[in-house]
Amino acid sequence: MTNYSMKNGAISSSVPWIISAVILIILPFIFTGGGSITIMNQIGITIVLAMSYNMLLGQGGMLSFGHAVYMGIGGFVAVHVMNIVENEYLWLPLPLLPLVGGLVGLGFATIIGSFSTRKAGTVFAMISLGIGELIAACCIIITVFFGGEEGISGDRTMAPPTFGIEFITQKEVYFLIAFWVLLSTFCMYLFTQTPVGKMANAVRDNPERAEFVGYSMRWVRYVSFCAAGFFAGIAGALFAINYEILTEQNLNLNMSFQVLLATYIGGVGFFLGPVFGAILFTLLQTVIGLQTDLWALYTGIVFILMVMFLPTGLTGLFAMHLIPLQLGRFGLLIKPYSKIFLPGLVFLLGTIALIELINHVRHHGEEQFMTLFWIEFDTRAFLPWILFSLMTIVGFYLSRIFAREVAEAWGEATYIEGERR
Amino acid sequence: MDLFVINIIDGLIYGLLLFMLSSGLTLIFSMMGVLNLSHAAFYMLGAYLAYQISVITGFWVGLIVAPILVTILGAGVERYGLRRVHQYGHVPELIFTFGLFFVIEELVQYIWGRSMVNYSSPESLDFIAFSLAGGTIPAYKVFMLLISVGIFVALYYVLARTRIGMIIQAALSYPKTVEALGHNVPLVFMGVFGVGTGLAGLAGVIAGPSLTTFPGMAFLLGSIVFVCVVVGGLGSLSGAFIASLLIGWLQTFAASYNVGAADILIAMGYEFPKDVYYHPWRDLWTLTLPQIGPILPYILLILVLVFKPNGLFGKRET
Repeated sequence: MTNYSMKNGAISSSVPWIISAVILIILPFIFTGGGSITIMNQIGITIVLAMSYNMLLGQGGMLSFGHAVYMGIGGFVAVHVMNIVENEYLWLPLPLLPLVGGLVGLGFATIIGSFSTRKAGTVFAMISLGIGELIAACCIIITVFFGGEEGISGDRTMAPPTFGIEFITQKEVYFLIAFWVLLSTFCMYLFTQTPVGKMANAVRDNPERAEFVGYSMRWVRYVSFCAAGFFAGIAGALFAINYEILTEQNLNLNMSFQVLLATYIGGVGFFLGPVFGAILFTLLQTVIGLQTDLWALYTGIVFILMVMFLPTGLTGLFAMHLIPLQLGRFGLLIKPYSKIFLPGLVFLLGTIALIELINHVRHHGEEQFMTLFWIEFDTRAFLPWILFSLMTIVGFYLSRIFAREVAEAWGEATYIEGERR
Repeated sequence: MDLFVINIIDGLIYGLLLFMLSSGLTLIFSMMGVLNLSHAAFYMLGAYLAYQISVITGFWVGLIVAPILVTILGAGVERYGLRRVHQYGHVPELIFTFGLFFVIEELVQYIWGRSMVNYSSPESLDFIAFSLAGGTIPAYKVFMLLISVGIFVALYYVLARTRIGMIIQAALSYPKTVEALGHNVPLVFMGVFGVGTGLAGLAGVIAGPSLTTFPGMAFLLGSIVFVCVVVGGLGSLSGAFIASLLIGWLQTFAASYNVGAADILIAMGYEFPKDVYYHPWRDLWTLTLPQIGPILPYILLILVLVFKPNGLFGKRET
């Protein structure tokens, strides 16, 4: 009986992995453009990085401000190894390079973690910040390893061919990255199932009780930290393979902030949260980044609002809606949601248009006309200013009114008999 | 010797400037238990607001008005942002202030552009105060010194001698008891956060003309200020004061003495390599003290956190 159910469980739990593998294989045949494959490669790297970051923040409760360092160090070493392989001092096929990056990340995390994981909370955050700044500053000084301001670059195609593949096209690189994304995700999932992975959650939630159970919280944190460093190193090597160049920009505080942002937007409390976060963040960065130079401002504001109003992230938003679905009262929400949709959209478009308009007048004032949402108009006329302001104000006012209805409907839809509200 | 005296004065000015930021940060941390990572962003905001006001009315109005504006903004951030995030715990609070830093940085670039702005010291202070055997000290630096010392004295007076200071000090150690005595602790929190960020704003106003006002100024000073606070001991005002001065002098002296690693290595009996730019140890041979000056505070930070996690003067567990 147990044997049967275990076998059955193994089959049913392997289904999501097989589906993901199939999707990863099909994707490049759906989005065939060179641009979209480049974006997908970037998404893959960000996924590994964000998931490794979530091992710290989401599962271990450790807030790091310097996670990009482990990715960066892994990446720098990977580029150096790439150059050594090119000069034929070493034989290493390219698909194994991420392992090198991972081991470097692991090694570096073992050193740093030996003292930084002694405490969680503010002290850990400050040490990570200090290390991040230190390494970023060292990038400029130690030119032999970091290459100074211009960084170091390599050539991935010079590695010995793997089954005849030389990784010249983006598509070949995509499959390499996809393989490592799936493998790393699987390993990270296995990690959460180990006793240490489970204890990491316990240490996050209540370190004192975890100590009483007989686990050293410092040891648990240390193991999680090293594992996170390992996967960050893998992400770094994937980065090195994809871009063939690493600079100081890839491991500074700004980059660490982007990792935090991607992870948090996705949702830190869920295993798959960072995956959604990485996809959304990269799309925002690449697609909106092409449209406007204010994308960092928008993502920053979205991030702040999210920390304030939706601390569980996007995955948390989905998970929240499972309750009314299970209670069979999702229908109650449809009407208020559809009511708030239009005013909300008007408010959003109006605000963005105003922000862009002001930006255009302030910083590109010499050009009289600007294009926004595929419409060209005169920035010196009154009409756009009045229209956008009206959209913002009216949209905001109506959204406020309908938001109350949403809140009421939400309370009704999630109300459980006998539970205190 | 002359260089030494000039450096002592320069380091003192820089250290006191750091203290203006780290004092507010320490007060906020000891009250609310949250390290305000956006603190330096308010410093930058102070400089930019003062610049904008000085364009219209001149320097002196900006000196008064800009810190007040920053205080109001800071109090608003506490009231409408941080207080809401507080319920989720300390880690989200840190994340919130970290995000706020980047948003303010982006906002400043959005409003004032990505290059530096021309914010300069007033003409009435454009003379040399005194000269010291070759080196000179401009009057503006003396003015900076006076303002910082004035702030330090005022802060000390308020905290140690007034009723409000007593409440703040009591709330530092026993917030629950203070609340039970009938004081409005949330209001005290808001006030302390506002005043703390306002002090950072004032620091920005007086530092803007001498350290140049540009979008990277917050980043440049921000992490150094955290180093001061952590090295001095989180929650210890006197620790923050001593650490600020220490780091001020450390950075000033490192920047002005051009001691190279090559000198030391040659003194130790090694031979200077002929083709230094292709030598595997070229970075070591070309390393100079001004080069490693910027990373000295971080090394200090890590050493202190490893060997004395409470900081030099901190008593509080973090």
